Amino acid sequence: MSVASRFRTLPDTGDCVQFYLDDLPVTAPAGVTLAAALLAHSGDWTRQTAQGAPRTAFCMMGICFDCLVNVNGTPNTQACMTPVREGMVVRRQLGLRSLNGGQHD
Amino acid sequence: MTDVDLIVIGAGPAGMSAAAVAARSGLRVLMLDEQPQAGGQIYRNVAQNQGRRSWLGTAYAQGAGLVEALEHPNIELLSGATVWKVDKGPRVTWSRGGASQTSSAAHVLLATGAQERPVPFPGWTLPGVMPAGAAQILMKTAGMLPQNAVLAGSGPLLYLVAAQMIDAGCAPQALVETQTTRGLLGAMRHLPRAMFGAATLLKGLGLIAKIRRAGVPRYTAASDFRATAERSGDIRFSFRAAGEAQSLTCGLLLTHQGVVPGTHITRAAGISHSWNKDQGAYQPECDRWGATNQPGLHTAGDGTGIGGAEAAAAAGELTALNILRQLGKCDADARDQRAASPRAALFRARAIRPFLDAAYAPPAEILAPADDTIVCRCEEVSAGAVRQAIGEGPHGHRQIKTSLRCGMGPCQGRMCDATLRGLLSAEAKGNHPITPPRARSPIKPIALGEMAALSPIKEDPA
Amino acid sequence: MQHSDPEITIVGGGLVGLSVALGLLSAGRRVRVLDGADGDARASQGNFGLIWGQGKGWNFAPYANWTMDALAAWPGFARQLKELSGIDVALDQSGGYEFFTDSAEMAGFAAQLEQQAAHLNDRASFEILTGDDLRSQLGGIGPKVVGASFSPRDGHVNPLRFLRALRCSVHVLGGCVTMGATVSTITPQPDGGFLLTLANGQSLGAEIVVLCAGLGSTALARGLGFDTQVRPQRGELLITEKLGDRLPFLSSTIRQVDEGGIQIGGTKAETGMDDSESLDVMAGLARHAVTVFPALEGVRVVRAWGALRVMSPDGYPVYAKSAAHPGAFLVTCHSGVTLAPLHASVLAEWILNTSPTPDMEAFDERRFALSHAA
Repeated sequence: MSVASRFRTLPDTGDCVQFYLDDLPVTAPAGVTLAAALLAHSGDWTRQTAQGAPRTAFCMMGICFDCLVNVNGTPNTQACMTPVREGMVVRRQLGLRSLNGGQHD
Repeated sequence: MTDVDLIVIGAGPAGMSAAAVAARSGLRVLMLDEQPQAGGQIYRNVAQNQGRRSWLGTAYAQGAGLVEALEHPNIELLSGATVWKVDKGPRVTWSRGGASQTSSAAHVLLATGAQERPVPFPGWTLPGVMPAGAAQILMKTAGMLPQNAVLAGSGPLLYLVAAQMIDAGCAPQALVETQTTRGLLGAMRHLPRAMFGAATLLKGLGLIAKIRRAGVPRYTAASDFRATAERSGDIRFSFRAAGEAQSLTCGLLLTHQGVVPGTHITRAAGISHSWNKDQGAYQPECDRWGATNQPGLHTAGDGTGIGGAEAAAAAGELTALNILRQLGKCDADARDQRAASPRAALFRARAIRPFLDAAYAPPAEILAPADDTIVCRCEEVSAGAVRQAIGEGPHGHRQIKTSLRCGMGPCQGRMCDATLRGLLSAEAKGNHPITPPRARSPIKPIALGEMAALSPIKEDPA
Repeated sequence: MQHSDPEITIVGGGLVGLSVALGLLSAGRRVRVLDGADGDARASQGNFGLIWGQGKGWNFAPYANWTMDALAAWPGFARQLKELSGIDVALDQSGGYEFFTDSAEMAGFAAQLEQQAAHLNDRASFEILTGDDLRSQLGGIGPKVVGASFSPRDGHVNPLRFLRALRCSVHVLGGCVTMGATVSTITPQPDGGFLLTLANGQSLGAEIVVLCAGLGSTALARGLGFDTQVRPQRGELLITEKLGDRLPFLSSTIRQVDEGGIQIGGTKAETGMDDSESLDVMAGLARHAVTVFPALEGVRVVRAWGALRVMSPDGYPVYAKSAAHPGAFLVTCHSGVTLAPLHASVLAEWILNTSPTPDMEAFDERRFALSHAA
């Protein structure tokens, strides 16, 4: 991740949880969506389209499908509709999903 | 919940208001809302924000009352429930926790609200470009403040978000507004009517004054939006204003061009729609009580036509009163008496709309963007490709969709239908009427295994 | 006024109309196509793209042979479309399966395949595989599948690209396609020729009319002296999110489009003009998909829809010349993809009455009268 977060998070949210983004641990406030946690962590892309274009969460309300990531083995999961949980294993979505839940290379 | 009288889809102001009125009059109400808490988008997370994040403003905080009113034994609120099909019956199919089921009731209220109008321009898909409303959702739900942001576009939400950012201590770098003096002057003819909503007008002026006091630079009559990414990840935003080329570098480019009704659910349910030319959007057809041409289906709130939170709450109340009448819980006179107050509130709340719609109408270049703009974000189809396809003959949404896959991605056209219509309107030869695009279920993607588990179909026994 | 080289008017700009147009243009004739409105039934936009032979015409030998001819002609046709339009229709004819979860049903279909083979004099081959054969040949087939039939020349094409390629090719060859030109009536004229009235009030004269209007044909056919009535038959489909890896098979009910999504379909229902998607059918299709290939369980459906097939009374194509009004032709079928290469070649010869004229008698609408009389 080379791009710093585009947001400043207020310290008013209480407990924290830890999840994994492409095998690296990330701390996030409990009770926020995964999309918020990802945007709070970094300003970098979290998915690449089929043509390799970089995208991140966009609408934050479940209608644009740009926030798709792989959550605990399930690809194409909307991060903005997923509450972040302790121990969650998240991978950035690279292009199309594969049949078995992994990434298609 | 057995023997549900009313299913309310959407726990925004319209849905919450309708549920409370219905429940208090003895109806059993099932509410289905896909977010983790009630509030819709405008009152997103309001109950959790009581006593904190006061910079979100008092109008927002007032939404907490509507959420509290859902604590009623006659209301069952299921959060995290995504409705994906509405059939005759009416019968509603919904998904929660990875499993789907169906529920039936004599009446269903579709109150799923609005979405931001897509604001397409070259570079709008880059990380760092987001709708202003999305940034507002992050402020409300996660206490995240946009750093080094530019707000661009037009409409009251732009000023509201700017004011909230200023009060939170992270003022925007600049406001780049597309409305023109000519447009504003043209809107003045609606001011007399807008006076019925004088309080709202004054609030708006107050926001603009706050922005001025904070010293935030404002550009107006802006056009030719273009965004590129710097190596640092910053967004270089170029545009034209005051006859000159301008450029700003920012961490976040927050865009907005008003909101439009979210009509997927209403179109997929078979409700007829018409084009509201003042708001530049499709809306479901309904009577003054929100009853539609589909038996048992009602609609209220911003999903019916943009009016704002107060209008939505009033409309929800009116729809519930009418449903009570249809179920024989009150007669027409009693309904009309109780309706007097919300109908007046609805009138006042809507009074400012003609002015706002005219003053902050989206510019032509957003409705029919430059060729190198991505129109369909899911399938990565450019405006140029759409124009070429239109030139080959297809003159409707469906044929462009099937030629180019525009609208065939998971968002099902939510981000591109409006632009597609704008391009068809601008480019298609001949006077072919543009009809509302067809929406099909599932209106949100559902796993095959989850859908398979519904076979054979049985009613929800719970 | 008679021309020696009159322009041919084709009513209907779907797969059938455009294929016929292509054939006539390739034969050097002038062609114009009148296509309907965006909201019309348009079977050409709701199909699976199958190029399918197995079982076809098992009890009607002419259709069995006609279909086999079409399958053989597809590669050359795809090349022609590529040359003319530049569009690759993604033709894949590596063979297709029909999967069965019921042994009696499979036995019944196997018997039909035997009959079909007899009509074809060994022009085609097929294989019956047991569930265990399948599971060892194709990874991932579900345990409840009892077997399948396989036909090596079945295949599919990208139906939407195919439609676009046809439109383009017709344009390149000088054909004129007008959209939004719904035809309300066709009136034969006393001195020959026809008067077409469009829904927008415009009138056109035509010397030769080929009716390829799908479900819109019934209304127009009578006036031209045809008795055939086509009826709509609804098929529902599911389409999933795109997958990066390829499904290891093609079947008539489950196929992967070249962009990656899985299409699941093949239902039949008589619902009139109602093309809405229904929950029980959607759930049934989903159940079928995860039964045949359990790995699909977590794959998401992004859209379901219904489309109306164009069914003649016996389900076979109708190719008819109007006896009462020479110069009027009727072309209708529900396999507009499979049969396209023949519509774009043999049928042109039939319309133009070249020498030797192809024998399309078996497909004439008189067969319905004959079967009534029998």
